[in-house]
Amino acid sequence: MSASALALTDIHKTFGDTRALDGASCTIRRGSIHALLGENGAGKTTLMRIAFGMIAADQGQITRHGAPVHFRSERESIAAGIGMVHQHFMLIPAFTVAENIALGGRGRLDAVAAAETVRRIGAATGLAIDPQARIADLPVGAQQRTEIVRALAHDADVLILDEPTAVLTPTESDELYRWMRRFADGGGAVVLITHRVREALAVADDVTVLRRGRSVLQGVAKSLTEDAAVTAIVGDRLAPDVSAALMPTDGEVLFALEAAAVRDADGRQRLRPTQLLVRSGEILGVLGVEGSGQRELLRLLAGRLAPSEGRVQRPDVVGFVPEDRLHDAVIPAFSLTENTTLAEAGALRGRVDWSRETVRAQTIVSDHDVRASGVQATMRSLSGGNQQRFVVGRERQRSPRALVAENPTRGLDVRATARVLETIRAVALAGGAAVVYSTDLDEILSLTRRVVVCFDGFVREVSAPADAEDRTPYARALVGADA
Amino acid sequence: MTEVLLAFWDGAFGSVYAVLSATLVRATPLLFVGLAVALAFRAGVLNIGAEGQLIVGAIGASAVALAIPAWPRPVVIVLMLVAGAVAGGLWAGIAAVLRRRFHVLEVISTLMLNFVAAALIGWVVRGPLQEPTRVYPMSESFSAAARWPFLVPGQRLHLGFVLGLVTAAVLWYVLQHTAAGFRVRAVGAGARAAASAGAVPVARVASRAFLASGMLAGLAGASEVGGVTWALYEGISPGYGYTAIAVALLARLDPRWVIVTAIGFGALEAGGAAMQRSAGVPAVAVQIVTAAVLLSVLALSRWRARDRDEASA
Amino acid sequence: MLELLLIPFLEATIRTATPLAFAALGELVSERAGVINLGMEGSIIAGCLGGAAAAVLGGSAVGYLGAALAGLLLASLFALFVVRLGSDQIITGTAITVLGLGLTGTLFHLAPTMVGVGATLPTTGPVPLPLLSSIPLFGRVLFTQPLPTYVLYVLVPIVAWWMRGTHAGLALRAVGESPVAAAAAGVPAARVRALAIGFSGIMGGLCGGTLVLAQVGSFNENMSAGRGFIAIAIVVLGRWTPYGTAGAALVFGGAFALQYLVQTLGLALPYQLFLAMPYVLTLVLLATLHGRAIAPAHLGR
Repeated sequence: MSASALALTDIHKTFGDTRALDGASCTIRRGSIHALLGENGAGKTTLMRIAFGMIAADQGQITRHGAPVHFRSERESIAAGIGMVHQHFMLIPAFTVAENIALGGRGRLDAVAAAETVRRIGAATGLAIDPQARIADLPVGAQQRTEIVRALAHDADVLILDEPTAVLTPTESDELYRWMRRFADGGGAVVLITHRVREALAVADDVTVLRRGRSVLQGVAKSLTEDAAVTAIVGDRLAPDVSAALMPTDGEVLFALEAAAVRDADGRQRLRPTQLLVRSGEILGVLGVEGSGQRELLRLLAGRLAPSEGRVQRPDVVGFVPEDRLHDAVIPAFSLTENTTLAEAGALRGRVDWSRETVRAQTIVSDHDVRASGVQATMRSLSGGNQQRFVVGRERQRSPRALVAENPTRGLDVRATARVLETIRAVALAGGAAVVYSTDLDEILSLTRRVVVCFDGFVREVSAPADAEDRTPYARALVGADA
Repeated sequence: MTEVLLAFWDGAFGSVYAVLSATLVRATPLLFVGLAVALAFRAGVLNIGAEGQLIVGAIGASAVALAIPAWPRPVVIVLMLVAGAVAGGLWAGIAAVLRRRFHVLEVISTLMLNFVAAALIGWVVRGPLQEPTRVYPMSESFSAAARWPFLVPGQRLHLGFVLGLVTAAVLWYVLQHTAAGFRVRAVGAGARAAASAGAVPVARVASRAFLASGMLAGLAGASEVGGVTWALYEGISPGYGYTAIAVALLARLDPRWVIVTAIGFGALEAGGAAMQRSAGVPAVAVQIVTAAVLLSVLALSRWRARDRDEASA
Repeated sequence: MLELLLIPFLEATIRTATPLAFAALGELVSERAGVINLGMEGSIIAGCLGGAAAAVLGGSAVGYLGAALAGLLLASLFALFVVRLGSDQIITGTAITVLGLGLTGTLFHLAPTMVGVGATLPTTGPVPLPLLSSIPLFGRVLFTQPLPTYVLYVLVPIVAWWMRGTHAGLALRAVGESPVAAAAAGVPAARVRALAIGFSGIMGGLCGGTLVLAQVGSFNENMSAGRGFIAIAIVVLGRWTPYGTAGAALVFGGAFALQYLVQTLGLALPYQLFLAMPYVLTLVLLATLHGRAIAPAHLGR
């Protein structure tokens, strides 16, 4: 029997025109904890979803204990002893713990036996949960334990955990790590998808780093320094072009957060009380991995979200470029003209002057280099890059002085990216202020020297290093290395 | 087969009488309810309660017609229209409130309200509005003032048809050329973008469209009692509210095309009746055509299940 | 007084509730998988026709089989659109219902002899159960009924047990709550939905078969009379549980039976009040359930 519990070799996967995986490989040894590291969008989750049979690879090979396998559904991978704990839990909220664990079986449902399984695994692993509790009533930590117990109940010997500590307190995280070690010592294997470099290096035996869909580093955790890992994650790309990056100014304050904080519907604090000023002539760069509070920060500044505490001061009209373009920014079935009008829809009264709206749409199209067959074309018929240039153009047109953009260049080609960044820069150069979140550190550094990093709901300003091309302090803050 | 088709054609379009006294007369209620459904669906509201709203509208209009038989004719007609619209709007309003305040699926609530409306009209024609002899389950015949004028002497086509055409034109104008109509379309086509990019109050817009949809269906009821039956009957609608879904979908929810599809389905019913009379082919066969139309639209178009959270968020 | 009024009333309640309970039980299973089957009415009328036609050919047992198959046929078309093509459930359901009413009405006119017009349909009358039927009061009401009623006495507990006590039942409920999460746990969500719709079609067919073969004794156009839609109300009133659904079917049956009672007694009460009451009750219940997750979370999508 091979020592590798699970091996993925040269996996390729394309979604539409996005290449998610481009030759990713990863070998998980039995009895080990394997950290899978990488930035947002590096392909970590996609790779593991392929291993779990949720999606099919376009190309590549998967082996279990050296033998090739081909999973067509979750059902098959579960039967083959693989378990996955998703970042967004895949539990039925209305069901009890025991019911969730029994789900997927066959024949008679023995509630007593299911509850007994939960207790037995709980006693053996220390992952105690009340089998009769309803998932909806449980705190996230217990929900996560339920997912793990479920995988164990199906006799999983390979367990994939996607960002498991993102929802846990430090104490809970430590407990989870200790449990992972015991599981590995017992002959199992754990894949830990994470962005927390320090924690990954501390708990894992092996490390694989993915960057832009490729595995760029496979090694032993002990022989790896934090800096080496961070470099592998963000890449030894060409130094960012920082020549045009804007400096902080002492101009008029356009945005101000005074102890502003955001809680979600469950009362969890997504953004901790934050002080922040953005002045005329500035671009504020925002960095942060998914779920760190940047989403809430941007929406507060854009006026799309009310603070649960504190105060927000902002211009009356703020242009906003949300990340999920096709759901939040435009209506795909509407024409470019109608999508121009959409931005004013709430405030419009009476008759709509379509000839005026057509002219406005034509202005956006010509000013922002949107390639379309005409302003009557549907938004759906445009390429992603043209859609985004349209959105950025529209928001700039309605609010020349204030723009908030969330990952505005995601999925765009070089030309479209340059065009979008140019528009953002123009807002600040014309005396306005722009706030830009991006998963691409270099992109932020090419825009501005004023950067905040969100981590765990905290917004931390990173003072610009003397060497403008030095990415280390940002990269470290981003992956929580100094947190 | 030829014989059947000929009978169908004769019944639907074969003569001036067929067009003006059968096809267009049957198209009139379908026009109003078709517009009602089109408006609701445009706003992302799955109102399948046009049937009940039509019935309640008919009750409202009849109550007015019977209450003021001697008033001047134009006044009576206008008040019948108002009563029909208000009654239909109120009936839809129950479902709109249930949807907005209590998150009750409008599909279920409007369906329930159709049955309540059926029971209501059953009681009304045997109770408060029953004819004086108290024998038949129907109201007294309307006075001359409450009988809507015919458009062409000797033909049964009545004022309601013209009002339906005007309503279609107005609805088209509102949807395409006014801010309120644009908001309705935005909420139906992309509620999240409407709220996020346009600051549109999604729930309020959807509720108002729901009410307006009920009012349009109520007008269908007023038009039937004022223009066709001149009295309130229990079986005032042979399922117009359900056929309306096919009328609206085939028109791709465009008010202008609703005129065409309503006439098409009106012809289908008129021709079907003739087919049964002279060729022995049952009139219900047209329902197979209706179903086939609906299923084809579903198979060919993008009318896919949407995330209803988006529409009601 | 008791003998004259109460027993006939209770008998009528059970009789009216029987076909309703079949349809509602089918609708319940479909809705627990997240599918509102508005095509139920179509399955019922198809069951009426299929039951009559098959009974002409091979007697009442074959009749019930034909009814079930006819109901299943229309439900399969519904499943094809909803599960396979991802079409809107509501519009598809409406289309299936219109199709069922149109097809059966047309066949009835074109080939009346095929569906037993003019012939005597082999029907199944009340079968008093030995011993049980001699219990005072309840014996006559509960145990002097046609066969389908007894089938329900067994079927309701079986469905209830199946939903609670088997993995398949658990999978059904999981799909109605969250197909994605169910799939992540290894449940073939699309297949579960399709099978649930199929079951609801069979139940709809049996509802129609019961109407034709155990109650009316002949096929009539539109004889389903909205029972498919009533079934949806019953499921809501029964709070999406099998026993609740059975109880709600009795409530609707009782309300409909009450109108005859009121008419017989010549009371001044409008009987339509009793017709409307169960629907109003359903609406009130829906509104008060707000915030408490009782409907399947993924229903209608």
